[in-house]
Parts: sequence; structure tokens; C-alpha cells
Amino acid sequence: MGKIWRITGPVIVAEGMRGSQVNEVVEIGSEGLVGEIISLDSDRAVIQAHEDTLGLQAGEEVRGTGSILTAELGPGIVGAIYDGLQKSLTALMANGDVFLRRGVKSFALPRDKKWQFTPTVKVGDKVSEGTIIGTVPETGLIVHKIMIPQGISGTIKKISEGQFTVVEPVALVEQDGETKEIIMMQKWPIKKPRPYKKRLPTTRLLVTGMRILDYMFPLALGGKAAIPGGFGTGKTVTQQQLVRWSQTQINIYVGCGERGNEMADVLYSFKELKDPNSGRLLAEKEVFLANTSNMPVVAREASIFVGITLAEYFRDMGYDVLLVADSTSRWAEAMREIGGRLEEMPGEEGFPAYMGSRLSSFYERAGQVECIGSPDRMGSVTIVGAVSPPGADFSEPVTQNTLRIVDALYALDTSLANKRHFPAISWLQSYSLYVDSVKEWWSKIAPDWAEIRASALRILQLEAELEEIVRLVGPEALPERDKLTLMVARMLREDFLMQSAYHPVDTYTTPQRAQLMVKTIMRFNTLAQQLIESGGTINELRQSPIVPRISRMKDIPNEDFEQRVKELTNDMETGLIPQKGGVR
Amino acid sequence: MSSPLYVKEGKAINQAKGSLLIAKGIPGVQYGEIVDVKLTNGEIRQGQAIDVSKDAIVVQVFGGVSEVDLAGCSVRYKGETLKLPVSIDILGRIFNGMGKPIDGGPEVVAEDYLNVNGEPINPAARMPPAEFIETGISSIDGLNALVRGQKLPIFSGSGLPHNQITAQILKQAAVRGASEKFVIVFGAIGVSYNDADFFIKNLGETGAMARAVAFINTASDPVIERISTPKLALTAAEYLAWNHGMHTLVILTDMTNYCEALRELSAMRDEIPSRRGYPGYMYTDLAGIYERAGRISGREGSVTIMPILTMPDDDITHPIPDLTGYITEGQIVVSRELQRKGIYPPIDVFLSLSRMMKEGIGENKTREDHNNVFMQLYAAYAEGSYLREISTIIGAEALSDRDKIYLSAADRFESEFLLQGEDERRTVEETLDIGWKLFADLPEEDLKLIREEYIKKYLPKYKDEKKV
Ligand SMILES: Nc1ncnc2c1ncn2[C@@H]1O[C@H](COP(=O)(O)OP(=O)(O)O)[C@@H](O)[C@H]1O
Ligand SMILES: [Mg+2]
Repeated sequence: MGKIWRITGPVIVAEGMRGSQVNEVVEIGSEGLVGEIISLDSDRAVIQAHEDTLGLQAGEEVRGTGSILTAELGPGIVGAIYDGLQKSLTALMANGDVFLRRGVKSFALPRDKKWQFTPTVKVGDKVSEGTIIGTVPETGLIVHKIMIPQGISGTIKKISEGQFTVVEPVALVEQDGETKEIIMMQKWPIKKPRPYKKRLPTTRLLVTGMRILDYMFPLALGGKAAIPGGFGTGKTVTQQQLVRWSQTQINIYVGCGERGNEMADVLYSFKELKDPNSGRLLAEKEVFLANTSNMPVVAREASIFVGITLAEYFRDMGYDVLLVADSTSRWAEAMREIGGRLEEMPGEEGFPAYMGSRLSSFYERAGQVECIGSPDRMGSVTIVGAVSPPGADFSEPVTQNTLRIVDALYALDTSLANKRHFPAISWLQSYSLYVDSVKEWWSKIAPDWAEIRASALRILQLEAELEEIVRLVGPEALPERDKLTLMVARMLREDFLMQSAYHPVDTYTTPQRAQLMVKTIMRFNTLAQQLIESGGTINELRQSPIVPRISRMKDIPNEDFEQRVKELTNDMETGLIPQKGGVR
Repeated sequence: MSSPLYVKEGKAINQAKGSLLIAKGIPGVQYGEIVDVKLTNGEIRQGQAIDVSKDAIVVQVFGGVSEVDLAGCSVRYKGETLKLPVSIDILGRIFNGMGKPIDGGPEVVAEDYLNVNGEPINPAARMPPAEFIETGISSIDGLNALVRGQKLPIFSGSGLPHNQITAQILKQAAVRGASEKFVIVFGAIGVSYNDADFFIKNLGETGAMARAVAFINTASDPVIERISTPKLALTAAEYLAWNHGMHTLVILTDMTNYCEALRELSAMRDEIPSRRGYPGYMYTDLAGIYERAGRISGREGSVTIMPILTMPDDDITHPIPDLTGYITEGQIVVSRELQRKGIYPPIDVFLSLSRMMKEGIGENKTREDHNNVFMQLYAAYAEGSYLREISTIIGAEALSDRDKIYLSAADRFESEFLLQGEDERRTVEETLDIGWKLFADLPEEDLKLIREEYIKKYLPKYKDEKKV
């Protein structure tokens, strides 16, 4: 046990700490604030405190715990609301902790709750790290697979079926003449990636239901993407949409240094939202980590790593997991703050030089893998991180470092957001390196996806070029062809890309439906071009009753969609042809 | 419980430099506590323990170390961080930035002493803000609605009418159909005496002072108290909200002065600055203030915060508005351009945003068509503003007839929807109806952001009016 020697902000120096280890978790002062040793020098330890240090005094006690920062893994995670250190906020709430007192403790996994364990191996079976030995129906949507923890391999000597808590033994494994008890809970150091057999190419589309993602800038299961944008451009809403509707089995939402009310908003919405496939509550596949901006700064880093550790754990069961982190900039700022207190040499804009490598140690934990242990299975972790650049200026270090790591960029545009074009994802600036790898996936739904996508993007590109001419000569001075391009580009923007998160139908679009929407607009383009080539005018087109029907496509309920769009296309084929008295 | 006195004193001062004073380690000094530095001549300056170790403590002296001598000066401390004495009797009272009464009244007989930094609300205990506050101002109620428990700042510039807008909100704000206890907590930070007086008078005139508490730090008061003033105000607000079930609206003006004070103190500590000299922890520091807004499930009251800040050079990307916007649930932006055009309140609706709006509007809250009217108004005004920009180069004649309609819609939006009197209180229905009146001029097929049933229900009346 040591004593506090010095306190400056979240950094504490303690003396009498001989025998401690770097990264060991310590408890500080009478309140037992959680901290982590970041360096040792003879009997002095430099500690970063994960809780507010205001009011501490020199001479107060510092106690080592002998363990490094770990996440608790086992039944009880799904549906939980944790803080950055994986304290259960719901458990605290149940204890009446409406406000978060420093030093307050609560277990991540409830110790008294019994779970129904059903073995999937039998006595005499050989097991090794990662082998699934049984299942627990954790929620209506998730079957929790109990796996052999690290460092154990041998023969099952005993395995029981029944109701167990996470700390009661469910099996005995004989390893080199020794008998080891297996409990359902395991612990994992949060900064250490969990092992897998091998990485697999990312070829499956992560269906998000957001048209601009799925159709234009697809994300693959196991991929990594960033959403940078100034305040109010839609980072949070986009990420909330992702955890609501993504076709993944587990979603993890990490609120890192952001708003409490937003957290409450997302938590409340999950009390009602139902999974369209099963009709179960969506919360039964979600995990929430909330380390809001007024909660301890140092714990922001932990929240990100706890989140990714939980994600890998479910990946290892063979699940597709999505993790969103809002916002990685707040984590980088925490690094800067600690670095400053440690009097480290600052790099660009005061951020520590290792900021880039820390960010990549996080994003690199995304991927699609073949899991270890038997039976053979595949799992994936997809990461989507928000970035909050000061002044919405993407040239700043966090954005730039992130762009070097991720394979998809959803660039949010302040001017689109100001006009309330949502999602304000710029179609000119965004990109996805997964376009080629998910092509085959898409081709099963829409063989012509790649071409249609490319031609739609080309029209939007053309619009941007024409826009400069319009500013000089006005829209009416353009030739009819170009006016049509502007008209169709507008349809693509307003009637396809724009998508309200709050409209009951529009909030989620299947890839099939997205394909029909774009195809209809592109068909309009072709017919309109023919019309104009044979002497028709843009004014005639503007008057056509087809146009408002295209804009109302979004509102059509899913069950009527195919039929109504078929009618619309038919009317378009017969109406948008040159005839006396203009178009019909 | 009693107010702790200054209990201990340390005399061994080793170094005085810049604004820092290094004293020999004094057991019992708490990290972050406010201490008194007593000079040989008896003068007392406040300071804060910013680095505490067994061997030494570093005190940042507010007002600097000039005239400090190492031999005769001493540091007196309480062994505790700043606390506010509270009881229900704080209502109607005016305090300074250290929580001392400055209205000539007696000291508050404290029922409790609260840590001015508060404690974070457990995110799992929060209730999402959802009760619409009708301010009577169309550009706010219609397009950027405020709800209870929200933190919604006003971003303004020097010489712009943010005080009038705030006063109008204070006068008119009401929750529809509610008659609960509503109180105002006012924090003035580094403002001119006139500005502080404007609000106090205003509260007095409307009879609201009896249901208000004020904490005043004027420009001539100590800089360190700029840091404590908003914290005191929020501590009072939390006490009234969570202990007495009151709905509190906290007005903080001018938070730019708070940020400047933070920068000044940081520079004196030789900390590595982040953007434009502001400390890297400014985001977290401001979040510690604004995150105190909210609602808690199972509790009656609420804390709503409306800070006012002036944007240096009218620049919204300046670190002060920028970091604020990253923390608050939107912003109401006051525009110099609209002000020049004679529009009051000159609120730039493109730059403004209320992130909590969607929960507070709609059927049973405001009106079913609210969200649709809001979206369509934005779309139409955006289109009109864009055309206005183009037409300054090519001339309005060169536009198509359709585009001309949008051009005039943008003008009417400003002169009919945005413009209103300082004493004009519009109901939200009146506000939405102005929207419909403008829609009546647009091609009906363009109203694609509005549900067809609402068009059928609300539009005909205004179409008919137009014909007459
Ligand atoms: N997809 C969307 N649909 C509808 N509104 C949206 C959408 N995305 C963002 N918004 C609007 O923009 C506001 C700001 O979005 P938010 O995600 O909170 O921004 P950020 O996290 O980038 O600051 C939201 O409160 C909402 O009003
Ligand atoms: Mg956000």
C-alpha cells in the first residue's frame, strides 16, 4: 500500500508503491477512486485516475488491486447500461444512485442472477480455448455461448445442466492431471485484442437501412468507417440509426464524452423499438456504454476499449457485431489532457505523438474472422467511429489520423445540415473501399447495382459542375439537357438520398426497395432524355404528374411498395413519350 | 452542519512567480480548493490549490503575486472545496460570485452546503426532455423548439439584441397546460453593470424576482469568480429542482467571459494551450456546466439552461461557440445580417438548431403537422435563399416563374414568419398557420415533405383566402 505524494488534475503520483505493476488498477483515498498505474520509478508510481480527483489530499492511501483493467465477460451483458469502466449504471440506479458519487462500485455481471445453462459438450470431450461448452438463453434474441477461457485445454470431466450464477462452476476440465473449474464469467484485459484463427475478407454487406450507405457507400460486415462532422451535422443520429436497424446480431453503442440527454433519448427509444423480424424488443440485442462528457475524462479511453472487448467476445461466439463510438475525438482529447499533465512532448495541436497508433489499435480490432475453438464458426466486428473536428475543419489531426485507418468515410456536410438535408452525408466527399468487395453480395439482389450506382453518382457529380455555371448565368440559361441533369440530380438528392430518421416508413429501407427507388429515378432520366431529344421541353417535364409521384415514393408503406412502383413505372413508360399536348 | 471556517494556515512560502505561489507542503490542503492568501499588509487575495504534493503546494493567486513577500505572507485554507449554503430562502435573493449576498439582506440560514461542482446525473436515471416550452417566438417555437431539461444557448455578437430576446423569452415562456412551480436562476458572468441591471430590473418589473435567484459577477469583480458564478447558479438550480421539485430555467450571460477567464487562468499556469490559446480541457470544463441540465425519472423538477455567449468576430467556428455547440442541445444563432435588414428577432434559422425538438412537438404536444411544416419551411426558405444569392448576380428577371415564387417566399418568410414584436406573443398554432399561409403561394406538388392528409386538412383555407 502506498500514499499520495502529488495530485495534479487526473494525474497522481504515489510513493511506497514498490511491487506494483504497470497498468495495475489501484484504489485511491478513502472513497476508493479507481486509477491505473501508467509508469513506475523505484517506489513511485504515476497513476491516472479514472475518477474526479478534486478534494484529494497528499498522504491519502493508494491500494493496489493486483490486476490490470479487465472487462467482465459472460451472461448479463446484453441489454446492460454501463459506464466507461463497465460499472452497471442500472444496478447503481436500483441502489438509488441517481447521481454518480465517486468511488461508487457495481459489478458488470450480476452475481446473484441464475442463468439456464445447457451443455453442448459431454464428459470425455476434448476442449480448448474458445470451445463452446454450452449455451444460455440470455435474452429473447441472443443465445449466449459459454466458451473455454484462455489458457485452458483438456478433457471435460464433469459438466452440469441447470441454473447457475456466473461465478458457479458449470464444468470441470482436466488439464495435465489438474482439475480446473469453469465458470460462466471470464475476464479479459481491455487493451489486448482477443485471438482468432484467421482474418477473412469482408464480402458481406452490412445492411443498415440507410440508403446512402447501403446503396452508395456500402459498409461491409467486419469493416471500419468514420463519420466526421461539425456539431449538429448528424453524427449521433446516424449512429443511433445504425444501432437501431443494422442487420447485425449484437450492437454496442459507446457514448464517449457526449451528451447525457442523448443517451437518455436512445435508451428510452429502445424501450419501445421492436425487431421487425422477431417482434422482440430491440434492446435485447444492444449493449450501451455511457461515459458522458461530464463523467471522468480518463475513463473515456476505457469506455472505447471495454466496448471493443465486449464486441470481440460476441464475435467469438460467431456473431456479427456492430460497435459505434460517439465520439472518438473526445477520447483523443482525453489523451491530450493526460499527456499534458504528464508533461509529455506534445505533437500536432497538442495531441500526443502516439494518438494515431492508439486510434489504430482500436480500429484494427474490427474484422471478419474465423473464431478459435470448436465448432468452426465465423464472426465479425464492424466499427463506426464519429469524429468531431473543431470548426468542422477536416484537416485537424484526429480526422486525418482516422482517415489513414478506416476504409469508409461518411463525410458530414454542415451546409447540407443547415438546410436540413438529412442524413447530411456528402455524396461528393464520402467514399467506401468496400464497393468492390460487396459487389457479389449486391448482385444477388440487383445484378445491375454497380452500374446504376455509378451512373447515379455521375449525375450528382455533373450537378456539382453545372452548379458553378448556374451561379454565373442562372438556371434558365442552360440547355435543356443540362436542365434535365439538374432535375434528376435533385430527385436523387431529395427523393432518394434524403431520408428521415423520424419517419416511420422512411427510417429503414431494404436494399431491394432502395434498388427500386433509384431504378425508377434513373428510368425517368432515360425516358426524359429521349423526350427532350425529340423536341420536348423541361417545362413539360416539370408539369408531369409523374414527378410528384416519384417524390412520394418514400412515403409508400412497404407492403404496397412494389405494386405502386410498378404502376408508377408503367405510367412513366406510357406517359413520358413524345405526344401532342405535352407529357402526361 | 456549519460553514467551515478557515482552519489552517501555512507560512513557509518558497517561491512567488507570475501568478503562482509555491508553499511548503501543508497537510490537509485539498486538490482544487480555494484558499486565501494573506499579504503582510493584511490584504487578502484568493487563490486555488492547483498542484498539491507532500513537499509543496502550488497556489494560483487571482490578482497575481505582486507585493507578495516570502517571509510575511501566509496561505489559509479550509481543507475543502467551494460549497454553496442553500435553503428555500435563496429565492428572491442576489449573490456575488462566491455565493455571498449582495442585496443588503442577511446571510442565508443554510439547510445544507452543496459542492458547487455537483455530481454527474447517472445516465440511466435521466428522462429524455420532452415537454414543449412555448416561448411565443415563431422562429424558436416553430423551427427550433425548446423543451424542459434542455441546454439551448444563444449565440450572438456584440451589439445584437440577445438581451431583448432573452428577456422576451423570460417574460413569455410557459409550458402549455402546466401550472407547476417555475423559477428563474440568473447568472451574470463578467458583464457590464448595465447588462446585469437590465435583467434584474426586468425580473423585478414582471414580478418574477420573488421566484428568481441571481448570482452576479460584473466586469469589475474578480476573474476567479467568473469561474465559480455559473457553478453556483447551477448548484442553486439543482437544489431547487431536485430537492423542491421546481422547474428551473437558468440564464447564464455571458459565457464568453467565462471562457476568457478559463484561458487567462490556464495561461498563467503555463499550460500547453489548444486552439487559439484556449485550454485543451475547455470542452470538458464546459460540459461539466451544461450537462447539469436535465430531467430525472421519478423526480418532479427540471433544469433547463439557456446560456448566452457572444461570438468573437461573429465567428461560429471560434473555439468558444464551437465547443459550446458540441456540448449543448443545439443553438439559437442571432444574425447581424437580419438585424441590418430590420428583422426582430434576427434569428438565423439555418445556423440555429434544437436537437431536442422532435420529442417536444407533434400531436398532443403542439400540433400534428408541426414536424412537416418545420421541414417544408426549411426546404422552401433554403431554396429561396439560394435563388436570392444567384439572382444578385444574374438578376431576378432571369429566373423562371417558379423560381420567382420561391424568391418572394423567402422574403415573406423573413417579414411575416421571423419578424415579430418584442411584446408579441404568438401561440404555436399561430406560428404554424403563418407557415401554411406561405405554403399557399407555393406550387402544391412541391409540398412533398408534408403528409397528403395534412395538406388536405390545412391548406384549402389559405388557398381560398388567397383567391379572395
Ligand atoms: N437522419 C436524420 N433524420 C432527421 N433528422 C436528422 C437526421 N440526422 C440528423 N438530424 C437532425 O440533426 C440534428 C443534429 O444531429 P446530431 O446527430 O445530434 O448531430 P451531431 O451528433 O453531429 O452533433 C438532430 O437533432 C436532428 O434534428
Ligand atoms: Mg453528436
